Amino acid sequence: MSHQDQFHALADGLSAAITSEERFTLSYNAEASDFIRFNQGKVRQAGHVQQASVYFKLIADGRHANLDLTLSGESDVDQQRLKQALEQLRETLTLLPQDPYLSLNDEPWHSSNVQDTPLPDSAQVVDRIAQLGEGLDLVGIYAAGPIYRGFASSSGALGWHQANSFNFDWSLFHENGQAVKANYAGHQWDDEAFTRRFALAREQLEFLGRPAHKLAPGQYRAYLAPAALEEVIGMLCWGGFSAQSLANKTSPLQRLYDAHAALSPLVSLDEQVTGSLSPAFSGEGYRRSDLSLVADGIARDRLIDSRSAAEYGLVANGAGWGESPSALSMNGGALALDDVLKALGTGLYISNLWYLNFSDRNAGRMTGMTRFATFWVEDGKIKAPVSTMRFDDSIFSLLGDSLEQLTAQRELILSTSTYSQRQTASNLLPGALISKLTLTL
Amino acid sequence: MFDFSAHLKQRFAALRSGAQFFSLRYVKQTSQHLSVRKNIAEPPHLSTDEGAMLTVRINGVEAYAATNDLSQRGLQAALERAENQARMLASHALLDLSDQPVATSCADYLSPNLNSAFPSLSDCYALLGSESANVPHDERLVNWQVSLGLENVEQIYLNSAGAQIRQAHRFVFPGLSVTAYDGQDSQSRSLGRENFGQQGGAEVIDACGIIGAARQVADQALQLIMAPNTPTGPRDLLLLPDQMILQIHESIGHPLELDRILGDERNYAGTSFVNVSDFGSLQYGSSLLNVTFDPNIPEQLASYGYDDDGTPASKQFLIRDGILERPLGGALSQYRSGMEGVANSRACSWNRAPIDRMANLNIEPGGQSMEQLVSGIEHGILMSTNRSWSIDDARNKFQFGCEWGQLIENGEIKGVVKNPNYRAISAQFWRSLSAVGDASTSKVLGTPNCGKGEPNQVVRVGHASPACVFANVDVFGGDA
Repeated sequence: MSHQDQFHALADGLSAAITSEERFTLSYNAEASDFIRFNQGKVRQAGHVQQASVYFKLIADGRHANLDLTLSGESDVDQQRLKQALEQLRETLTLLPQDPYLSLNDEPWHSSNVQDTPLPDSAQVVDRIAQLGEGLDLVGIYAAGPIYRGFASSSGALGWHQANSFNFDWSLFHENGQAVKANYAGHQWDDEAFTRRFALAREQLEFLGRPAHKLAPGQYRAYLAPAALEEVIGMLCWGGFSAQSLANKTSPLQRLYDAHAALSPLVSLDEQVTGSLSPAFSGEGYRRSDLSLVADGIARDRLIDSRSAAEYGLVANGAGWGESPSALSMNGGALALDDVLKALGTGLYISNLWYLNFSDRNAGRMTGMTRFATFWVEDGKIKAPVSTMRFDDSIFSLLGDSLEQLTAQRELILSTSTYSQRQTASNLLPGALISKLTLTL
Repeated sequence: MFDFSAHLKQRFAALRSGAQFFSLRYVKQTSQHLSVRKNIAEPPHLSTDEGAMLTVRINGVEAYAATNDLSQRGLQAALERAENQARMLASHALLDLSDQPVATSCADYLSPNLNSAFPSLSDCYALLGSESANVPHDERLVNWQVSLGLENVEQIYLNSAGAQIRQAHRFVFPGLSVTAYDGQDSQSRSLGRENFGQQGGAEVIDACGIIGAARQVADQALQLIMAPNTPTGPRDLLLLPDQMILQIHESIGHPLELDRILGDERNYAGTSFVNVSDFGSLQYGSSLLNVTFDPNIPEQLASYGYDDDGTPASKQFLIRDGILERPLGGALSQYRSGMEGVANSRACSWNRAPIDRMANLNIEPGGQSMEQLVSGIEHGILMSTNRSWSIDDARNKFQFGCEWGQLIENGEIKGVVKNPNYRAISAQFWRSLSAVGDASTSKVLGTPNCGKGEPNQVVRVGHASPACVFANVDVFGGDA
């Protein structure tokens, strides 16, 4: 039985088992993944993970409780597990008060997206990686396989999302310890594209062999490549656009949404669900809308889940867990990629940032490290790699007064996160030219 | 407890394999996470998760397959998948593990008070609701939350060499936080949450101290929004245990993980400023620094009898009198490096493979009371409760921030300051350790959220530490 059929059978069984007083939502998460780790250009650890679970919410008399339940993949066993889960949640509901912020979507929406392009055999991919990486100190992970997401409710909503995907995330290390990071991900393996991507990384590696340029703390012009900008934008996703965080006054974008501060008019950020790789529905059963979060530097929509909608008198817009974006798209600018070094002049070309956190969350001030290929540029020419440096700066400077230009070309960055399961989030981002980045250590 | 043990052993015995060695690691976790926010009970989140990982070794090459299907057919299919993968990738394998010894122990390990009754779900909600209601009415208090997590984990490890290890743990995670806002700035103060967790039963809730603490935590949040920013400049830094655990974690624990030093994590979690050649000679910290891997403190989060490869766990000094002695490396890393390590090969669950992780990583107490620590500081600052952490991929240049700061002048604690941050370099910072608190200043703490590995894993780690003083550290505040 296919995953979709299994899920429908579980939802049908649950529909038949609940009483007229009860309602449910059921979301489904499954994957079959190859995970192959590399170190020193060889396979360090290889394995396969097959997993499936449902997130089951039972609602009755204004009360609700949730149960995350691992499935076995065997129909009889799983129907039995779900039946036991139903009994457990029924007993739990009798112990709970009514929830004033319970809000359910009664809309019987239907959605289906199946992308089943065959993936290459993982052994062949490993052969190809070994071939291209011969003689190189390559470290990284290849993750591949199908991902399944489903949603069903007692109101008749039914969503299905299925996609085959691969994600090869790797680094090439120079013997001096410097490294370049690269990624090749998608649904359809294109060996020519992969070879080009690999060659680019190899080319960048050669620059890293030059003697490192030592920098003192201070303020520098800088270009943040899309992967580096993603780290900065990622910090804003820690409650930045969340309706609850904004209401609780803990959003790093509090001043933006309170209109006490603005970003550069060059900045527009959208939650662009349409055409993204993530499901068109949230885990709690709302269809996800395209949203304008920031337009021309001014705060617009916030991400609202059903609980925030009920608590703050707002309208739910399909926000997922934590009211965090998962298909963020930033507008591009006018700077051509070929002109980046010239526009930078003298300063830092930063490929990646790492381990960011807040120095002062309320003020939108953050800190983090350079990592992987970071270069010192003089008069538009790459001079030398730069040792790891710490920055500490405000988002209202980086994407505010100090933002000079954005690149016209944007990069689609697929999440490499595999905590609990392979993630489907993505960011579509340009590079950013910054007039002043503060380095502190 | 171990209800599935007999079935599992039977199914394991019936598995057919041509591998020179194979093992099965079964994990079942049930959990319950409850929260009351602003006096409203949030819906409970319950979970039941179980599955198994089969690992094979064929001609010295290991591979694994994890499965949610625990039937005989499902386990056999996973075993065969792992075998196929080991054969397919053999020509590209980094390691030849033909001669690596395998686990042979047979034993059970149980958390303390594992069978003691835990308050019912309704009693837990009543407890949380009562504490939530203790937050005073003040319009500046814009958000507060009281929470309680309960996790039960059973693990069974079996292998073809005859090992049979069963371990059962119960983890408790209480938490309380309050946020104050004055129209411009917001400040939060918390107890427990990401900085606390222990094994055990209801006594862990008492040990955390959230019950009866709401008024004080709320008062401290209000003090913070009225406080000046932390001044900028060098000061002696007194870190309380709920910040020391983060300091230990990031700038001792991660850099001493042997798989990082061997390069496995360079693409994600990073490398280390420590080299293999540093063990036995590097002056990691001042002579006051003594760091242990200690799986024997029953209530600590990562106390266990055996790690997830079946290696028996015992207390070991990693740093003694400031000298680096031993890495955090499990059996595989020890085999690869030829170094002695510890039993720290751990996985977050059945669907991830064991790698070198921190477990219980502690600083041994020194000889000074809290009064003596404070009185020895002429120009300093006390910091408590981590809220921000950032460190480079070699675990050297760091910047950490805390919720709570108090200036210290001429041996006395003075006013409260907000946004206390400090930055330094690991390789130098621990050598500036100038005083270590005695056992009365020490606390057994930990965090449920240590992330590492490809594919990614989050594990529980324990840290016990006294309060400590570091000389002449760069401190600074925020923008607000």
